[in-house]
Amino acid sequence: MFTGKEGFSRHISQQFNHELEDIRTQMLAMGGQVERQVSDALDALLNNNPDLAEESRRVDRQTNQMELDIADQCTKMIAIRQPTASDLRLIVAISRAVSDLERIGDEASRICQHAIEIAQSGPAPRGYQEVRHIGMLVSSMVRDILTAFARDDLELAYSVAKQDTNVDQEYRSAMRSLVTYMMEDPRSISSILNVIWVLRSLERIGDHARNLSEHLIYQVSGTDVRHQSLKNIKRTLKDASPDDEAEMKDQGGS
Amino acid sequence: MNVPSLSRPLSASQAQDFQPERLKLQVENFSLHYGREQVLQDIHLALPAKRVTAFIGPSGCGKSTLLRSFNRLNDLIEGCVCRGDIRLDQESIYAPGRDVVELRRRVGMVFQKPNPFPKSIYENVAFGLRVQGIRDRRTLDDVVEFSLRAAALWDEVKDRLHDNGFDLSGGQQQRLVIARALAVEPDVILLDEPASALDPISSLKIEELINELKHSYTIIIVTHNMHQAARVSDYTAFLHQGRIIEFGDTDSIFTNPSKRQTEDYITGRYG
Repeated sequence: MFTGKEGFSRHISQQFNHELEDIRTQMLAMGGQVERQVSDALDALLNNNPDLAEESRRVDRQTNQMELDIADQCTKMIAIRQPTASDLRLIVAISRAVSDLERIGDEASRICQHAIEIAQSGPAPRGYQEVRHIGMLVSSMVRDILTAFARDDLELAYSVAKQDTNVDQEYRSAMRSLVTYMMEDPRSISSILNVIWVLRSLERIGDHARNLSEHLIYQVSGTDVRHQSLKNIKRTLKDASPDDEAEMKDQGGS
Repeated sequence: MNVPSLSRPLSASQAQDFQPERLKLQVENFSLHYGREQVLQDIHLALPAKRVTAFIGPSGCGKSTLLRSFNRLNDLIEGCVCRGDIRLDQESIYAPGRDVVELRRRVGMVFQKPNPFPKSIYENVAFGLRVQGIRDRRTLDDVVEFSLRAAALWDEVKDRLHDNGFDLSGGQQQRLVIARALAVEPDVILLDEPASALDPISSLKIEELINELKHSYTIIIVTHNMHQAARVSDYTAFLHQGRIIEFGDTDSIFTNPSKRQTEDYITGRYG
């Protein structure tokens, strides 16, 4: 039997341990910043606050820089440490995740741009109710997926992936009603188009949150679930290494 | 028939490898003691033909002992007792009356340190044939050239075949030893840390060679360099304290091992 040294989970190389923890912390910090960008963008739009929108767009430049820094560290770690198994998956998942986070930041920045244009063009157009509703759904997805990353929580990751289907439905229904409205009142087209772009960005943020949940599932379970149905993802989660869990119980949950 | 409990389902092409007719070596319930000390415990393993299988594990886990069991080199160690069976092409290698010299011809071995004989390059390679009583010059020439070519050494030594084997560099000596093993037409080649005494370039040349040789031979390699195992092997077995902890296709073992001990070992948390 495996006696004597089982139960450890730290690297023999403390330096590598430190690097892995550090890169994870940086990714979560970037996530926190992106989450704030999304909520600020919605706040700026719905409360007609162009100053906040400008400020949030500046933050996006930092987000871009964070992506470059983290991706660079991932590349260096792969070259120098030659990670395997869970370490390799953690680094691959993080380098994929930061690219999705950066794009969430871009979408938030786009929403800010529309918020500024709408603020300059006069009274609030129709569609704000839909923006508020979908905005809340998407914000909670981003928040939940970051919590899931912090806790390696696959159930929560799955619920985020599932939530994306709701967002897509809400988005389609909002589009239908806005298109109808534009047909009824062609003078509103230019202002409503701005709202449509905002909805589009929110829907894309939902997609990126789903991607993030797939990266986390890969990191933890080792199965790549990209481009798979929710049903398949659920099945993967059920199969995820029962062997290891049984073994950990054997070892007294060490 | 006993096929090892692979840690996860194999793909269709891999499943083919484990068809009975594709299996080169089968280890069944094999245990080995050195005196009172048990070194291998209840090993079950099936190794497909013309594939590279790597044994990895911490020092003293029994991987070299298991490797040496395949050509009965352990017989030479006093107090060594084994139970269970190993079969080469379905025939037991521990059966009473088995010709051990013939077995060692079919299962060649290369060690960690290159060990050419103090003879010329040519005679090193021709040695096995001379032992078999082959004297015909043309046959010897052909076999020497074929073996040196197969060991990717021919172009470097063809103009100096009668120089002493020790005049070659470490990496070349190791390839010379591999050529010597190939000359007697083995089925299986056992490599015990073949590149650990070599510089990185020579080491890569040996890896290239392994890739070439696996088209014709079944190769088993013991290595401490896990990334080397990942690069050269099709299947990997992780041993710990004399047992096989996990056996499976190399890609899965190195990206998503199913056992916690394997994970800890290959990620550098244990070893």
